[in-house]
Amino acid sequence: MDWHVIQANLPLLLRGLGTSLQLAAVAVLLSFPLGCLLAIGRLSRRAWLSLTCGGFVNLMRSNPLVLVLFWFYFLVPIITGRAVSDLGSIVIAFVIFFSVYFAEIVRSGIQSVGSRQVQAGLSTGLTYPQTMRHIVMPQAIRAMLPALTTQCIVVFQGTTVAYIVGYDELLHTASMAAERTGRPVELYVAVAVMYFLVCTAGSLLARNLERKS
Amino acid sequence: MNYQFNWAMLITEPYFGWIADGVLTTLHLALIAWCIAFVLGVAVGSCRVSGSAVLRLFGGAYVELFRNIPLLVQLFLWLYVAPQLLPADTRLWWNRLDSVPYWTAVIGISFYTSSRIAEQIRAAMNAIPQGQFRAALSTGLTPVQMYRHVILPYAIRIMLPAITSEFLTVFKNTALALTIGVLEITATTRKIEAWSFKGIEAYTVASLTYLATTVAVIGVMTWLERRLYIPGLIRRGG
Repeated sequence: MDWHVIQANLPLLLRGLGTSLQLAAVAVLLSFPLGCLLAIGRLSRRAWLSLTCGGFVNLMRSNPLVLVLFWFYFLVPIITGRAVSDLGSIVIAFVIFFSVYFAEIVRSGIQSVGSRQVQAGLSTGLTYPQTMRHIVMPQAIRAMLPALTTQCIVVFQGTTVAYIVGYDELLHTASMAAERTGRPVELYVAVAVMYFLVCTAGSLLARNLERKS
Repeated sequence: MNYQFNWAMLITEPYFGWIADGVLTTLHLALIAWCIAFVLGVAVGSCRVSGSAVLRLFGGAYVELFRNIPLLVQLFLWLYVAPQLLPADTRLWWNRLDSVPYWTAVIGISFYTSSRIAEQIRAAMNAIPQGQFRAALSTGLTPVQMYRHVILPYAIRIMLPAITSEFLTVFKNTALALTIGVLEITATTRKIEAWSFKGIEAYTVASLTYLATTVAVIGVMTWLERRLYIPGLIRRGG
């Protein structure tokens, strides 16, 4: 065991961690709104809309992230007819994949509020959007927060999948360093500790939110 | 979009044989890993709800450790780091095995999944009203009898939907085994794409495999849930 190799590669690993966190942040920020739209579509009374959204959610949920990533990695250049950057394909795949998980969380959050609240809101003279905005959503978001936080951790853990297409996030950075230095044991232990610390901090936050709500 | 479809290619050799192997590998990898994970998960989950503080602490640490490291990183740890901890002759025996990546994937996925199953066991146990435990003991049942005849029949029914979705997660997680060189269905279709440049056909096979298995598993589990249903026990969704 030679722990100096970690010290020597620490700046590199921290940069990788930064990339992973940014990738996760972009994926969350883009897939959450898309997930909200999917959830609202799924709860719609228009059958064609709710069936389309439901079908899309179930189709995506039955496939692994790796496969979805391969699909977009391969398809996006064919459809657009020109080369797309690695990062572009990765972000598109992540956003579409994770949006369906956010959609399920938002849907169950909205459903947890209950139809009587909606009826009460409407009977006081609020319009439907007003009821959603002032009565349903404030309660739904509070109910969803722990699950949303947990999902953010899942997205962060999911960024490791970008390793497979050679994108320089934390795991790929570590594997390159492991190859270069011939010290896989120390470097993989180091990245495991880094992922563990970030994810533990996240799950402590989720538990705190759960206690408060 | 300029793409020439060739679906017939999929049933010609060597592709057809590859696909069959890939589907089978995915299925038995998922089944073996899930069975091990279930046994480990029940053991750790029982630790988490036990009366002993030491066991609870161990259960908690186990769950946090395996849940907070991404599965892909865990696979690398099992592949590169864990063998270094073995005694020299055992390590030699392990490295000489034909299918080291396959068994590494089995071990990695099992431990990762067991921490999630342990959490579901705990949640199911906590969902059973305390009165049930006391009532069972006060009728003169021993603790073992209490679990066997009163608690477990409840807990299994409460857990069934979560266990179903956990199995589907394991099944999807087997795709990550391609990083350590296991030729399951996703790796196979990628190989087909690399050989033939027919990515759409190849990936469709993989997607349909996952979709068909998901539909089949949900079908069987819904049937099972209905068979085991006790009126008034669980509020059914939908």
